[in-house]
Amino acid sequence: MAEKKYLIKQISIFSENKPGRLAAIAKALQEAGVNILAFSIAEANGFGVVRALVNKPDLAHTTLTDIGFMVSFTDVIAVAMRDEPGGLFEIARILGEAGINIEYSYAYSGKDGAVLILRVDQVEEGVEKILAAGGTLLDVSLFQ
Amino acid sequence: MFWNREMETISGEDLEALQLSRLKWTVHHSQNVEFYRRKFRDAGVTPDDIKTLDDVEKLPFTYKKELRDAYPFGNIAVPMKQVVRIHTTSGTTGKPTVVSYTRQDLDNWSELIARNLTMIGLTDEDVFQNAVNYGLFTGGLGFHYGGEKIGATVIPSATGNTKRQIEMIDDFGVTAIHCTPSYGMHLVEVAEEMGASLDSLRIGIFGAEPWSENMRKELETRLGVEAFDSYGMSEMYGPGAAFECPEHDGLHLWHDFYFAEIIDPETGERLPDGEKGELVITPLVKEAMPLVRYRTGDITRIIPDDCPCGRGRRLARISGRADDMLVIRGINVFPSQIEHTLLSIPEVGDQFMVYVDRINHLDEMTIEVEMNRESFSGELADLAGLQRKVAGAIKESLNLRTTVKLVALGSLPRFEGKARHVVDRRGEIW
Repeated sequence: MAEKKYLIKQISIFSENKPGRLAAIAKALQEAGVNILAFSIAEANGFGVVRALVNKPDLAHTTLTDIGFMVSFTDVIAVAMRDEPGGLFEIARILGEAGINIEYSYAYSGKDGAVLILRVDQVEEGVEKILAAGGTLLDVSLFQ
Repeated sequence: MFWNREMETISGEDLEALQLSRLKWTVHHSQNVEFYRRKFRDAGVTPDDIKTLDDVEKLPFTYKKELRDAYPFGNIAVPMKQVVRIHTTSGTTGKPTVVSYTRQDLDNWSELIARNLTMIGLTDEDVFQNAVNYGLFTGGLGFHYGGEKIGATVIPSATGNTKRQIEMIDDFGVTAIHCTPSYGMHLVEVAEEMGASLDSLRIGIFGAEPWSENMRKELETRLGVEAFDSYGMSEMYGPGAAFECPEHDGLHLWHDFYFAEIIDPETGERLPDGEKGELVITPLVKEAMPLVRYRTGDITRIIPDDCPCGRGRRLARISGRADDMLVIRGINVFPSQIEHTLLSIPEVGDQFMVYVDRINHLDEMTIEVEMNRESFSGELADLAGLQRKVAGAIKESLNLRTTVKLVALGSLPRFEGKARHVVDRRGEIW
Protein backbone atom coordinates (compact mmCIF):
# COMPACT_ATOMS: atom_id res chain seq x y z
CA MET A 1 0.00 0.00 0.00
CA ALA A 2 1.24 3.42 -0.96
CA GLU A 3 0.01 4.86 2.36
CA LYS A 4 2.57 2.76 4.25
CA LYS A 5 5.30 5.22 3.33
CA TYR A 6 3.49 7.92 5.30
CA LEU A 7 3.29 5.88 8.51
CA ILE A 8 5.92 7.00 10.97
CA LYS A 9 6.91 4.97 14.03
CA GLN A 10 6.52 7.04 17.15
CA ILE A 11 7.93 5.59 20.33
CA SER A 12 5.73 5.93 23.43
CA ILE A 13 7.43 5.57 26.78
CA PHE A 14 5.68 5.12 30.12
CA SER A 15 7.04 7.40 32.79
CA GLU A 16 6.09 8.11 36.34
CA ASN A 17 5.49 11.78 36.91
CA LYS A 18 8.56 12.56 38.95
CA PRO A 19 11.82 14.46 38.56
CA GLY A 20 14.61 12.90 36.54
CA ARG A 21 12.60 10.55 34.36
CA LEU A 22 12.93 12.57 31.16
CA ALA A 23 16.65 13.03 31.82
CA ALA A 24 17.05 9.26 32.13
CA ILE A 25 15.32 8.71 28.79
CA ALA A 26 17.27 11.46 27.01
CA LYS A 27 20.59 10.28 28.40
CA ALA A 28 20.03 6.72 27.24
CA LEU A 29 19.11 7.89 23.75
CA GLN A 30 22.16 10.13 23.59
CA GLU A 31 24.45 7.27 24.57
CA ALA A 32 22.89 5.08 21.89
CA GLY A 33 23.33 7.80 19.28
CA VAL A 34 19.61 8.25 18.69
CA ASN A 35 18.47 11.68 17.54
CA ILE A 36 15.12 13.01 18.73
CA LEU A 37 13.27 14.88 16.00
CA ALA A 38 10.14 15.82 17.94
CA PHE A 39 8.61 14.90 21.21
CA SER A 40 5.84 15.67 23.68
CA ILE A 41 4.81 14.63 27.15
CA ALA A 42 1.23 13.71 27.96
CA GLU A 43 0.39 13.69 31.62
CA ALA A 44 -2.40 11.87 33.43
CA ASN A 45 -3.07 10.95 37.02
CA GLY A 46 0.42 10.51 38.48
CA PHE A 47 2.06 9.21 35.33
CA GLY A 48 2.77 10.27 31.80
CA VAL A 49 3.62 9.04 28.35
CA VAL A 50 6.62 10.51 26.57
CA ARG A 51 6.07 10.44 22.81
CA ALA A 52 8.98 10.94 20.47
CA LEU A 53 9.88 10.78 16.82
CA VAL A 54 13.42 9.55 16.55
CA ASN A 55 15.72 8.73 13.66
CA LYS A 56 16.33 5.14 14.84
CA PRO A 57 13.09 3.86 16.42
CA ASP A 58 14.12 0.21 16.75
CA LEU A 59 17.40 1.12 18.43
CA ALA A 60 15.57 3.54 20.73
CA HIS A 61 13.07 0.82 21.62
CA THR A 62 15.75 -1.71 22.47
CA THR A 63 17.86 0.80 24.36
CA LEU A 64 15.03 2.02 26.57
CA THR A 65 13.58 -1.45 27.12
CA ASP A 66 16.99 -2.71 28.22
CA ILE A 67 17.17 -0.16 31.01
CA GLY A 68 13.69 -1.05 32.23
CA PHE A 69 11.32 1.33 30.48
CA MET A 70 8.02 0.24 29.02
CA VAL A 71 8.08 1.25 25.38
CA SER A 72 5.72 0.71 22.50
CA PHE A 73 5.42 1.83 18.89
CA THR A 74 2.52 3.87 17.61
CA ASP A 75 1.92 4.82 13.98
CA VAL A 76 1.59 8.56 13.47
CA ILE A 77 1.54 10.75 10.38
CA ALA A 78 3.28 14.05 9.69
CA VAL A 79 1.53 16.83 7.80
CA ALA A 80 3.54 19.68 6.26
CA MET A 81 2.46 23.18 7.27
CA ARG A 82 3.42 26.58 5.96
CA ASP A 83 5.57 28.28 8.63
CA GLU A 84 3.65 31.56 8.61
CA PRO A 85 0.42 32.93 10.06
CA GLY A 86 -2.51 30.79 8.93
CA GLY A 87 -0.41 27.68 8.40
CA LEU A 88 -2.10 25.69 11.17
CA PHE A 89 -5.54 26.91 10.17
CA GLU A 90 -5.04 25.68 6.66
CA ILE A 91 -4.18 22.20 7.84
CA ALA A 92 -6.80 22.13 10.56
CA ARG A 93 -9.43 23.07 7.97
CA ILE A 94 -8.33 20.25 5.69
CA LEU A 95 -8.49 17.80 8.61
CA GLY A 96 -11.91 19.05 9.58
CA GLU A 97 -13.25 18.80 6.06
CA ALA A 98 -11.75 15.35 5.71
CA GLY A 99 -13.58 14.30 8.89
CA ILE A 100 -10.38 13.31 10.68
CA ASN A 101 -10.66 12.92 14.44
CA ILE A 102 -7.36 13.73 16.17
CA GLU A 103 -6.48 11.64 19.20
CA TYR A 104 -3.46 13.78 19.94
CA SER A 105 -1.03 15.95 18.11
CA TYR A 106 2.19 17.91 18.52
CA ALA A 107 4.16 20.09 16.18
CA TYR A 108 7.60 21.43 15.46
CA SER A 109 8.99 24.07 13.19
CA GLY A 110 12.31 23.36 11.54
CA LYS A 111 14.48 24.67 8.72
CA ASP A 112 12.44 22.83 6.11
CA GLY A 113 9.16 24.26 7.36
CA ALA A 114 6.64 23.37 10.04
CA VAL A 115 5.30 19.89 10.71
CA LEU A 116 2.20 18.73 12.51
CA ILE A 117 2.46 15.21 13.96
CA LEU A 118 -0.93 13.49 14.21
CA ARG A 119 -2.20 10.40 15.89
CA VAL A 120 -5.52 9.51 14.31
CA ASP A 121 -7.88 6.66 14.99
CA GLN A 122 -7.98 4.96 11.57
CA VAL A 123 -4.53 5.84 10.33
CA GLU A 124 -4.63 4.43 6.78
CA GLU A 125 -8.06 5.85 6.12
CA GLY A 126 -6.80 9.15 7.55
CA VAL A 127 -3.90 9.21 5.12
CA GLU A 128 -6.24 8.79 2.15
CA LYS A 129 -8.60 11.48 3.36
CA ILE A 130 -5.86 14.03 4.02
CA LEU A 131 -4.31 13.46 0.61
CA ALA A 132 -7.73 13.70 -1.05
CA ALA A 133 -8.41 16.97 0.76
CA GLY A 134 -5.18 18.44 -0.59
CA GLY A 135 -2.87 18.00 2.39
CA THR A 136 0.82 17.20 2.07
CA LEU A 137 2.11 14.25 4.07
CA LEU A 138 5.76 13.76 4.80
CA ASP A 139 7.40 10.51 3.76
CA VAL A 140 8.73 8.29 6.56
CA SER A 141 12.16 8.31 4.88
CA LEU A 142 12.56 11.96 5.86
CA PHE A 143 12.61 10.88 9.49
CA GLN A 144 13.67 7.28 9.81
CA MET B 1 -28.97 0.68 84.99
CA PHE B 2 -29.84 -2.90 84.12
CA TRP B 3 -32.13 -4.21 81.41
CA ASN B 4 -32.11 -7.75 82.79
CA ARG B 5 -30.48 -7.57 86.21
CA GLU B 6 -30.86 -11.28 86.92
CA MET B 7 -28.96 -12.43 83.83
CA GLU B 8 -26.50 -9.57 83.74
CA THR B 9 -25.33 -10.19 87.30
CA ILE B 10 -25.63 -13.98 87.48
CA SER B 11 -22.40 -15.36 88.88
CA GLY B 12 -20.64 -18.24 90.60
CA GLU B 13 -22.31 -21.65 90.64
CA ASP B 14 -25.54 -20.30 89.19
CA LEU B 15 -23.71 -19.00 86.13
CA GLU B 16 -21.70 -22.18 85.73
CA ALA B 17 -24.80 -24.35 85.95
CA LEU B 18 -26.59 -22.21 83.37
CA GLN B 19 -23.60 -22.19 81.04
CA LEU B 20 -23.15 -25.95 81.35
CA SER B 21 -26.75 -26.76 80.54
CA ARG B 22 -26.72 -24.39 77.60
CA LEU B 23 -23.35 -25.68 76.41
CA LYS B 24 -24.73 -29.22 76.39
CA TRP B 25 -27.74 -28.07 74.39
CA THR B 26 -25.55 -26.20 71.89
CA VAL B 27 -23.21 -29.12 71.37
CA HIS B 28 -26.11 -31.52 70.78
CA HIS B 29 -27.81 -28.99 68.53
CA SER B 30 -24.64 -28.55 66.45
CA GLN B 31 -25.02 -32.18 65.35
CA ASN B 32 -27.82 -31.08 63.03
CA VAL B 33 -25.06 -29.67 60.83
CA GLU B 34 -23.20 -32.13 58.67
CA PHE B 35 -19.78 -30.57 59.05
CA TYR B 36 -20.03 -30.59 62.85
CA ARG B 37 -20.96 -34.26 62.80
CA ARG B 38 -17.88 -34.87 60.67
CA LYS B 39 -15.64 -32.74 62.90
CA PHE B 40 -16.81 -34.52 66.04
CA ARG B 41 -16.26 -37.89 64.39
CA ASP B 42 -12.77 -36.90 63.28
CA ALA B 43 -11.95 -35.66 66.78
CA GLY B 44 -13.38 -38.80 68.37
CA VAL B 45 -15.82 -36.96 70.61
CA THR B 46 -19.57 -37.05 71.08
CA PRO B 47 -21.88 -34.44 72.58
CA ASP B 48 -22.30 -36.66 75.62
CA ASP B 49 -18.62 -36.18 76.47
CA ILE B 50 -19.51 -32.72 77.79
CA LYS B 51 -20.02 -33.24 81.51
CA THR B 52 -18.33 -30.11 82.86
CA LEU B 53 -17.54 -26.70 81.39
CA ASP B 54 -13.89 -27.68 81.13
CA ASP B 55 -14.84 -30.58 78.87
CA VAL B 56 -15.28 -28.00 76.12
CA GLU B 57 -11.53 -28.36 75.58
CA LYS B 58 -12.17 -31.82 74.12
CA LEU B 59 -14.12 -30.28 71.24
CA PRO B 60 -12.63 -29.27 67.91
CA PHE B 61 -12.29 -25.61 66.93
CA THR B 62 -14.48 -24.09 64.23
CA TYR B 63 -12.86 -21.78 61.68
CA LYS B 64 -14.31 -19.01 59.57
CA LYS B 65 -13.34 -20.89 56.43
CA GLU B 66 -15.58 -23.80 57.41
CA LEU B 67 -18.58 -21.51 57.76
CA ARG B 68 -17.81 -19.91 54.40
CA ASP B 69 -17.27 -23.24 52.65
CA ALA B 70 -20.76 -24.25 53.79
CA TYR B 71 -22.24 -21.56 51.50
CA PRO B 72 -25.08 -20.97 51.17
CA PHE B 73 -27.01 -22.87 53.85
CA GLY B 74 -24.71 -25.70 54.92
CA ASN B 75 -24.08 -24.25 58.37
CA ILE B 76 -27.74 -24.03 59.33
CA ALA B 77 -28.98 -26.33 62.08
CA VAL B 78 -32.72 -25.77 61.79
CA PRO B 79 -35.24 -26.33 58.97
CA MET B 80 -35.18 -23.38 56.57
CA LYS B 81 -38.76 -22.50 57.39
CA GLN B 82 -37.59 -21.54 60.87
CA VAL B 83 -35.02 -19.13 59.44
CA VAL B 84 -36.57 -15.68 59.39
CA ARG B 85 -33.59 -13.62 58.24
CA ILE B 86 -30.14 -13.97 56.76
CA HIS B 87 -27.24 -11.57 56.69
CA THR B 88 -23.87 -12.03 55.06
CA THR B 89 -20.43 -11.05 56.25
CA SER B 90 -18.45 -8.27 54.64
CA GLY B 91 -15.36 -8.33 52.56
CA THR B 92 -14.71 -11.86 51.45
CA THR B 93 -13.47 -12.91 48.05
CA GLY B 94 -15.91 -15.04 46.16
CA LYS B 95 -18.82 -16.18 48.23
CA PRO B 96 -19.64 -14.44 51.49
CA THR B 97 -20.44 -16.23 54.73
CA VAL B 98 -24.15 -16.52 55.29
CA VAL B 99 -25.32 -16.02 58.86
CA SER B 100 -28.90 -16.92 59.62
CA TYR B 101 -31.39 -16.25 62.38
CA THR B 102 -34.48 -17.86 63.82
CA ARG B 103 -37.08 -15.63 65.41
CA GLN B 104 -35.61 -16.56 68.80
CA ASP B 105 -32.14 -15.59 67.55
CA LEU B 106 -33.41 -12.15 66.58
CA ASP B 107 -35.09 -11.78 69.97
CA ASN B 108 -31.85 -12.78 71.68
CA TRP B 109 -29.85 -10.32 69.62
CA SER B 110 -32.24 -7.48 70.45
CA GLU B 111 -32.01 -8.48 74.10
CA LEU B 112 -28.22 -8.10 73.97
CA ILE B 113 -28.43 -4.68 72.37
CA ALA B 114 -31.11 -3.64 74.87
CA ARG B 115 -28.78 -4.63 77.71
CA ASN B 116 -25.91 -2.72 76.13
CA LEU B 117 -27.89 0.45 75.61
CA THR B 118 -29.43 0.34 79.07
CA MET B 119 -26.03 -0.34 80.64
CA ILE B 120 -24.65 2.88 79.18
CA GLY B 121 -27.62 4.93 80.26
CA LEU B 122 -30.03 5.00 77.33
CA THR B 123 -33.75 4.91 78.02
CA ASP B 124 -37.03 5.50 76.22
CA GLU B 125 -36.30 9.22 76.64
CA ASP B 126 -33.40 9.03 74.18
CA VAL B 127 -33.22 9.75 70.46
CA PHE B 128 -30.83 7.26 68.89
CA GLN B 129 -29.28 7.81 65.46
CA ASN B 130 -28.07 4.53 63.96
CA ALA B 131 -25.50 5.76 61.44
CA VAL B 132 -24.21 2.43 60.20
CA ASN B 133 -24.88 0.45 57.06
CA TYR B 134 -28.29 -1.22 56.95
CA GLY B 135 -28.91 -4.15 54.68
CA LEU B 136 -26.77 -7.27 54.66
CA PHE B 137 -24.29 -5.79 57.12
CA THR B 138 -25.37 -6.78 60.63
CA GLY B 139 -24.68 -3.42 62.27
CA GLY B 140 -27.79 -1.63 61.05
CA LEU B 141 -30.71 -3.89 61.89
CA GLY B 142 -29.11 -5.30 65.04
CA PHE B 143 -28.89 -1.97 66.80
CA HIS B 144 -32.13 -0.80 65.24
CA TYR B 145 -34.27 -3.45 66.91
CA GLY B 146 -32.34 -3.23 70.18
CA GLY B 147 -32.94 0.51 70.24
CA GLU B 148 -36.65 0.03 69.63
CA LYS B 149 -36.78 -2.65 72.32
CA ILE B 150 -35.74 -0.18 75.01
CA GLY B 151 -38.21 2.33 73.62
CA ALA B 152 -35.71 4.85 72.36
CA THR B 153 -36.67 6.89 69.31
CA VAL B 154 -34.59 5.23 66.61
CA ILE B 155 -33.48 7.10 63.50
CA PRO B 156 -32.31 4.64 60.84
CA SER B 157 -30.06 7.23 59.22
CA ALA B 158 -27.67 4.58 57.84
CA THR B 159 -24.45 5.89 56.25
CA GLY B 160 -23.58 8.67 53.85
CA ASN B 161 -24.83 12.22 53.32
CA THR B 162 -22.91 13.55 56.29
CA LYS B 163 -24.41 17.04 56.21
CA ARG B 164 -27.90 15.58 56.39
CA GLN B 165 -26.79 13.37 59.28
CA ILE B 166 -25.59 16.44 61.15
CA GLU B 167 -28.80 18.36 60.44
CA MET B 168 -30.74 15.41 61.84
CA ILE B 169 -28.71 15.42 65.04
CA ASP B 170 -29.50 19.09 65.60
CA ASP B 171 -33.08 19.07 64.28
CA PHE B 172 -34.20 15.86 66.02
CA GLY B 173 -32.27 16.46 69.23
CA VAL B 174 -30.31 13.23 68.88
CA THR B 175 -28.80 12.13 72.21
CA ALA B 176 -26.93 9.00 71.15
CA ILE B 177 -25.25 7.93 67.95
CA HIS B 178 -23.87 4.62 66.72
CA CYS B 179 -21.26 4.65 63.95
CA THR B 180 -17.74 3.52 63.14
CA PRO B 181 -15.07 5.53 64.96
CA SER B 182 -13.66 6.83 61.70
CA TYR B 183 -17.08 8.01 60.59
CA GLY B 184 -17.44 9.66 64.00
CA MET B 185 -14.28 11.64 63.32
CA HIS B 186 -15.57 12.57 59.89
CA LEU B 187 -18.83 13.78 61.43
CA VAL B 188 -16.86 15.96 63.84
CA GLU B 189 -14.96 17.61 61.02
CA VAL B 190 -17.97 18.27 58.85
CA ALA B 191 -19.95 19.55 61.85
CA GLU B 192 -17.12 21.94 62.71
CA GLU B 193 -17.06 23.21 59.12
CA MET B 194 -20.83 23.68 59.16
CA GLY B 195 -20.71 25.37 62.55
CA ALA B 196 -23.18 22.81 63.90
CA SER B 197 -23.14 22.55 67.67
CA LEU B 198 -24.34 18.96 68.18
CA ASP B 199 -25.29 20.07 71.71
CA SER B 200 -27.87 17.35 72.22
CA LEU B 201 -25.41 14.46 71.73
CA ARG B 202 -24.22 12.80 74.92
CA ILE B 203 -23.40 9.20 74.01
CA GLY B 204 -21.38 7.73 71.16
CA ILE B 205 -21.24 4.01 70.42
CA PHE B 206 -18.33 3.04 68.21
CA GLY B 207 -17.66 -0.35 66.70
CA ALA B 208 -16.77 -2.43 63.63
CA GLU B 209 -13.22 -1.03 63.61
CA PRO B 210 -10.48 -1.01 66.22
CA TRP B 211 -9.94 2.34 67.87
CA SER B 212 -7.39 3.64 70.31
CA GLU B 213 -7.64 5.44 73.62
CA ASN B 214 -6.30 8.53 71.84
CA MET B 215 -9.19 8.36 69.44
CA ARG B 216 -11.53 8.03 72.43
CA LYS B 217 -10.22 11.32 73.83
CA GLU B 218 -10.64 13.03 70.49
CA LEU B 219 -14.15 11.69 69.90
CA GLU B 220 -15.22 12.58 73.43
CA THR B 221 -13.83 16.12 73.28
CA ARG B 222 -14.81 17.10 69.79
CA LEU B 223 -18.11 15.24 69.41
CA GLY B 224 -19.09 16.01 73.00
CA VAL B 225 -20.01 12.43 73.88
CA GLU B 226 -19.10 9.70 76.28
CA ALA B 227 -17.63 7.06 73.97
CA PHE B 228 -18.38 3.33 74.33
CA ASP B 229 -16.73 0.42 72.57
CA SER B 230 -18.95 -2.16 70.91
CA TYR B 231 -17.62 -5.60 70.00
CA GLY B 232 -19.14 -8.32 67.94
CA MET B 233 -19.10 -10.12 64.64
CA SER B 234 -21.70 -11.48 62.28
CA GLU B 235 -21.00 -15.02 63.45
CA MET B 236 -22.05 -13.94 66.97
CA TYR B 237 -25.32 -12.41 65.65
CA GLY B 238 -23.53 -9.13 64.94
CA PRO B 239 -22.34 -6.18 66.97
CA GLY B 240 -23.22 -6.01 70.63
CA ALA B 241 -21.97 -9.41 71.78
CA ALA B 242 -19.66 -7.58 74.17
CA PHE B 243 -19.88 -3.98 75.25
CA GLU B 244 -18.17 -1.43 77.41
CA CYS B 245 -19.89 -0.34 80.62
CA PRO B 246 -19.51 3.12 82.18
CA GLU B 247 -16.32 1.94 83.92
CA HIS B 248 -14.66 2.05 80.46
CA ASP B 249 -12.34 -0.76 81.45
CA GLY B 250 -13.04 -3.75 79.25
CA LEU B 251 -15.97 -5.37 77.49
CA HIS B 252 -18.83 -7.28 79.07
CA LEU B 253 -19.31 -10.40 77.02
CA TRP B 254 -22.82 -11.55 77.88
CA HIS B 255 -21.94 -14.67 79.81
CA ASP B 256 -25.38 -16.30 79.65
CA PHE B 257 -25.21 -16.15 75.82
CA TYR B 258 -21.53 -16.78 75.09
CA PHE B 259 -18.85 -19.00 76.58
CA ALA B 260 -15.38 -17.52 76.16
CA GLU B 261 -11.95 -19.11 76.16
CA ILE B 262 -8.58 -17.54 75.57
CA ILE B 263 -6.11 -19.75 73.74
CA ASP B 264 -2.60 -19.63 72.42
CA PRO B 265 -3.27 -19.18 68.70
CA GLU B 266 -0.19 -21.24 67.79
CA THR B 267 -0.74 -24.29 69.96
CA GLY B 268 -4.49 -24.10 70.59
CA GLU B 269 -3.83 -24.55 74.34
CA ARG B 270 -6.16 -22.78 76.72
CA LEU B 271 -4.45 -19.90 78.57
CA PRO B 272 -5.04 -18.94 82.21
CA ASP B 273 -7.17 -15.90 83.01
CA GLY B 274 -5.30 -12.66 82.57
CA GLU B 275 -3.08 -13.91 79.78
CA LYS B 276 -3.37 -12.49 76.29
CA GLY B 277 -4.40 -14.79 73.47
CA GLU B 278 -7.02 -15.49 70.84
CA LEU B 279 -10.67 -15.26 71.82
CA VAL B 280 -12.58 -18.48 71.17
CA ILE B 281 -16.34 -18.29 71.47
CA THR B 282 -19.01 -20.91 71.92
CA PRO B 283 -22.41 -19.26 71.74
CA LEU B 284 -24.82 -20.88 74.19
CA VAL B 285 -28.24 -20.14 72.75
CA LYS B 286 -27.77 -19.72 69.01
CA GLU B 287 -30.31 -21.70 67.04
CA ALA B 288 -29.95 -21.18 63.31
CA MET B 289 -26.15 -21.17 63.16
CA PRO B 290 -24.62 -22.78 66.24
CA LEU B 291 -20.87 -22.50 66.72
CA VAL B 292 -18.52 -24.74 68.61
CA ARG B 293 -15.28 -23.14 69.83
CA TYR B 294 -15.23 -20.54 67.09
CA ARG B 295 -11.81 -18.99 66.44
CA THR B 296 -12.50 -15.25 66.33
CA GLY B 297 -8.92 -14.28 65.42
CA ASP B 298 -9.19 -11.39 67.88
CA ILE B 299 -6.56 -10.97 70.57
CA THR B 300 -7.68 -10.13 74.09
CA ARG B 301 -7.49 -11.42 77.66
CA ILE B 302 -9.94 -12.12 80.43
CA ILE B 303 -9.65 -9.51 83.20
CA PRO B 304 -9.74 -11.72 86.30
CA ASP B 305 -11.40 -9.25 88.70
CA ASP B 306 -15.12 -8.66 88.75
CA CYS B 307 -16.21 -5.30 87.37
CA PRO B 308 -17.46 -2.78 89.95
CA CYS B 309 -20.64 -2.44 87.87
CA GLY B 310 -21.78 -5.85 89.05
CA ARG B 311 -21.72 -7.70 85.75
CA GLY B 312 -18.83 -9.99 86.58
CA ARG B 313 -15.70 -10.54 84.59
CA ARG B 314 -14.78 -8.67 81.43
CA LEU B 315 -12.71 -9.09 78.32
CA ALA B 316 -10.01 -6.49 77.75
CA ARG B 317 -10.58 -4.35 74.67
CA ILE B 318 -9.38 -6.12 71.54
CA SER B 319 -5.67 -5.52 71.10
CA GLY B 320 -4.86 -7.11 67.77
CA ARG B 321 -5.40 -10.00 65.40
CA ALA B 322 -4.05 -13.53 65.56
CA ASP B 323 -3.93 -13.57 61.76
CA ASP B 324 -3.12 -10.90 59.19
CA MET B 325 -6.69 -9.70 58.73
CA LEU B 326 -7.06 -5.96 58.22
CA VAL B 327 -10.11 -3.94 59.10
CA ILE B 328 -10.46 -1.21 56.49
CA ARG B 329 -13.42 1.12 56.86
CA GLY B 330 -15.13 -1.54 58.91
CA ILE B 331 -14.65 -4.19 56.24
CA ASN B 332 -12.64 -7.28 57.08
CA VAL B 333 -9.98 -7.96 54.48
CA PHE B 334 -7.20 -10.47 54.27
CA PRO B 335 -4.12 -9.41 52.30
CA SER B 336 -4.45 -12.63 50.32
CA GLN B 337 -7.86 -11.45 49.03
CA ILE B 338 -6.40 -8.23 47.70
CA GLU B 339 -3.54 -10.17 46.12
CA HIS B 340 -5.91 -12.67 44.57
CA THR B 341 -8.00 -9.90 43.01
CA LEU B 342 -4.97 -8.10 41.58
CA LEU B 343 -3.40 -11.25 40.21
CA SER B 344 -6.60 -12.02 38.32
CA ILE B 345 -6.15 -8.87 36.20
CA PRO B 346 -3.95 -9.79 33.21
CA GLU B 347 -2.52 -6.28 32.75
CA VAL B 348 -1.24 -6.29 36.31
CA GLY B 349 2.05 -8.08 36.66
CA ASP B 350 3.04 -9.91 39.81
CA GLN B 351 4.55 -6.70 41.20
CA PHE B 352 2.27 -4.54 43.25
CA MET B 353 2.13 -2.97 46.69
CA VAL B 354 -0.93 -2.14 48.74
CA TYR B 355 -0.72 0.54 51.39
CA VAL B 356 -3.36 1.26 54.02
CA ASP B 357 -3.18 4.70 55.59
CA ARG B 358 -5.39 6.72 57.87
CA ILE B 359 -5.89 10.14 56.29
CA ASN B 360 -8.11 12.66 58.07
CA HIS B 361 -9.29 9.82 60.29
CA LEU B 362 -10.50 7.74 57.35
CA ASP B 363 -8.88 4.58 56.10
CA GLU B 364 -7.47 4.98 52.62
CA MET B 365 -6.06 2.21 50.48
CA THR B 366 -3.51 2.90 47.77
CA ILE B 367 -2.40 0.27 45.30
CA GLU B 368 0.85 0.77 43.40
CA VAL B 369 0.99 -1.39 40.32
CA GLU B 370 3.77 -2.18 37.89
CA MET B 371 1.81 -3.10 34.83
CA ASN B 372 2.74 -5.89 32.52
CA ARG B 373 5.21 -4.78 29.86
CA GLU B 374 3.20 -6.57 27.16
CA SER B 375 0.06 -4.67 28.10
CA PHE B 376 1.53 -1.23 27.49
CA SER B 377 -0.04 0.12 24.30
CA GLY B 378 1.54 3.55 24.53
CA GLU B 379 -1.89 5.17 24.82
CA LEU B 380 -2.67 7.32 27.82
CA ALA B 381 -6.34 6.35 27.66
CA ASP B 382 -5.47 2.65 28.06
CA LEU B 383 -3.40 3.44 31.15
CA ALA B 384 -6.23 5.45 32.69
CA GLY B 385 -8.54 2.58 31.77
CA LEU B 386 -6.32 0.13 33.64
CA GLN B 387 -6.42 2.37 36.72
CA ARG B 388 -10.19 2.28 36.61
CA LYS B 389 -10.21 -1.46 36.01
CA VAL B 390 -8.05 -2.19 39.06
CA ALA B 391 -10.08 0.14 41.28
CA GLY B 392 -13.28 -1.38 39.92
CA ALA B 393 -12.13 -4.95 40.59
CA ILE B 394 -11.25 -4.14 44.20
CA LYS B 395 -14.54 -2.34 44.65
CA GLU B 396 -16.46 -5.24 43.20
CA SER B 397 -14.76 -8.03 45.10
CA LEU B 398 -14.03 -6.34 48.42
CA ASN B 399 -16.30 -3.29 48.41
CA LEU B 400 -13.33 -1.05 49.10
CA ARG B 401 -12.47 2.26 47.53
CA THR B 402 -8.87 2.55 46.38
CA THR B 403 -6.47 4.91 44.71
CA VAL B 404 -4.51 3.12 41.99
CA LYS B 405 -1.08 4.39 41.02
CA LEU B 406 0.75 3.05 38.00
CA VAL B 407 4.47 3.00 38.63
CA ALA B 408 7.58 2.32 36.58
CA LEU B 409 8.89 -1.18 36.05
CA GLY B 410 11.36 -2.14 38.72
CA SER B 411 10.35 0.60 41.13
CA LEU B 412 8.55 -1.59 43.67
CA PRO B 413 10.40 -3.57 46.33
CA ARG B 414 11.32 -7.15 45.44
CA PHE B 415 11.06 -9.78 48.15
CA GLU B 416 13.32 -12.60 49.01
CA GLY B 417 11.20 -15.33 50.49
CA LYS B 418 7.68 -14.51 51.54
CA ALA B 419 6.39 -11.45 49.74
CA ARG B 420 4.77 -8.76 51.81
CA HIS B 421 2.54 -6.97 49.32
CA VAL B 422 0.19 -5.34 51.79
CA VAL B 423 1.49 -2.77 54.26
CA ASP B 424 -0.68 -1.27 56.97
CA ARG B 425 0.75 2.18 57.71
CA ARG B 426 -2.04 3.31 60.05
CA GLY B 427 0.27 2.90 63.05
CA GLU B 428 -1.03 2.46 66.56
CA ILE B 429 -4.75 1.94 66.20
CA TRP B 430 -5.31 -1.04 68.43
